[in-house]
Amino acid sequence: MKMAKTKKKINLIISYIFLIILGIIMIYPLLWMFSASFKTNNEIFSSLSLIPKQIVSGGYFAGWKGSGQYSFDLYFLNTFIMVIPTVLFTIISSLLVAYGFARFKFRFKKPLFALVIASLMLPTEVVIIPRYMLFNSLNWLNSYLPFIVPAAFATYSFFIFMLVQYIRSIPRELDESAFIDGCSSFAILTKIIVPLCKPALISVGIFQFVWRWNDFLNPLIYISSVRKYPLSLALRMTLDVTDTISWNQVMAMSVLSLVPPVLLFFFTQKYFVEGIATSGLKG
Amino acid sequence: MAITKASKQKNKKNMAGVTKDSLFKKSPAYLYILPWVLGFLMFQLYPFIASFIYSFTDFSILKPMTFVGLNNYIKMFTADRLFWPSLKATFLYVLIAVPGKLIFALFIALVLNMKLKFINFFRTVYYLPSILGGSVAISILWRFLFSRQGTVNVLLKTLGLPSADWLGSPNLALGTMGLLVVWQFGSSMVLFLAGLKNIPTELYEAARVDGAGKTRSFFKITLPLLSPIIFFNLIMQTINAFKEFNAPYLITQGGPLNSTYLYGMMLYENAFSFLKMGYASAQSWVLFIIIMLFTALTFKSSPYWTFYDDGGDF
Repeated sequence: MKMAKTKKKINLIISYIFLIILGIIMIYPLLWMFSASFKTNNEIFSSLSLIPKQIVSGGYFAGWKGSGQYSFDLYFLNTFIMVIPTVLFTIISSLLVAYGFARFKFRFKKPLFALVIASLMLPTEVVIIPRYMLFNSLNWLNSYLPFIVPAAFATYSFFIFMLVQYIRSIPRELDESAFIDGCSSFAILTKIIVPLCKPALISVGIFQFVWRWNDFLNPLIYISSVRKYPLSLALRMTLDVTDTISWNQVMAMSVLSLVPPVLLFFFTQKYFVEGIATSGLKG
Repeated sequence: MAITKASKQKNKKNMAGVTKDSLFKKSPAYLYILPWVLGFLMFQLYPFIASFIYSFTDFSILKPMTFVGLNNYIKMFTADRLFWPSLKATFLYVLIAVPGKLIFALFIALVLNMKLKFINFFRTVYYLPSILGGSVAISILWRFLFSRQGTVNVLLKTLGLPSADWLGSPNLALGTMGLLVVWQFGSSMVLFLAGLKNIPTELYEAARVDGAGKTRSFFKITLPLLSPIIFFNLIMQTINAFKEFNAPYLITQGGPLNSTYLYGMMLYENAFSFLKMGYASAQSWVLFIIIMLFTALTFKSSPYWTFYDDGGDF
């Protein structure tokens, strides 16, 4: 009996050591990037240390100024202008559609919902060329409309699915009693469903924020002038402007570009975890 | 016919309560789903069909459309010297990245599920790379860490181990990119962890009483009950890996010797660098068919290895 107990204890200690080492491996690249942004260019290449021998903030100042016509305050601003409306429209449109699917009976509901699920698996690569031609003919290229308008039309099926699952878990009796009290279906949505759905809506918002913030392929295709570049394109530009890349500047701007998603993650972690656990789907 | 149907429905609802009936009747359900219907038609169905039609044409944003029949497909399969290597690299990449990520995620979820303390702390640390992994910043970081004079090689040298040209050698580059996917195992891990929490502990106790060891209860209880989650993860992760674009484009530019010239990058270059939009559409349809075949195969095989206690009803 005693031996079994010590054996268990040893197992536990081994597990902790393993988890801690793994944690260090997982986080080390990020910490290294952060410290590299304060190192001199020579030191970046030679040292593993997370503490710079000599802390220089030049990477941040020179990096922020950029090498071209524009500086990073423009790229940050552009990213926010592109991402925030997209996120808000995604939340609103996905909520309306999810409410329709979760709470009402109507003809062709099943096949229509099957289409929502099917479009979840449709790779964007298949539709990207016709979309590009469509946006071209609408004169939307080099603007943020190709990001914002599709979001307003609930084209992110993943979020519809997630919200449908969530709304289904809210007891229907609440809607019904509100209905008896004379609430319209829209009032039921705003007064009952929305407050109860708050965690799920926040999940949608933060997932969409992080995904749009990190998005590279779509801006690369739709945005052509540097003046409208979001961060993802601006960062890439820092790599191919000069022959000798000032790595500490690149690292400094990379670090800054990750600040909003990281802050969001730490403040809303609970929703991240809940969101992906309730949807049970995506990674 | 209509009357009987309506009255039938009414009967059904009367049992559940009269209010429900009138609630559903008066409600403008179609109005709520209208945004999706329009969005689906404009931004999904129309482009989906259009790209199929485009795939039989030769055109670009600068060039008018001409029909070329099956030429794009014939050229792709017989004359494009990049197509088959790219397809091969993509399959290899999927084969490295997806099982690597899922197995690792499952393993860590099992360890974390042993009622350890600080589980929230570890979960946060492991999950963070999944949040950031898709960004340009992380691709840049990867490119730097694994470059010839990069941090990984410096580390290996200090440990007295031989260094390697992680991104410059055709044998290693794809694996190094796969590692970036495995590094983001946290998102799958959180899902597995949630699934593990839902498995009733009585099952394990009963198995122990019946004399089943740990390995046996893992294969007979844990794995079957997690299988629906594994199933969805497998499909979504595979689709994502098949269309990977950022890593090859930003880290290796498809090289060395096209060993990381993944399908997503080939598509992008044909469509937007070489402006062969008809040809790229054909390639996108081949990708679509491959993904559909894979998904269908997974679905078909799922009754043999996934277990739904509610009979699989959605």
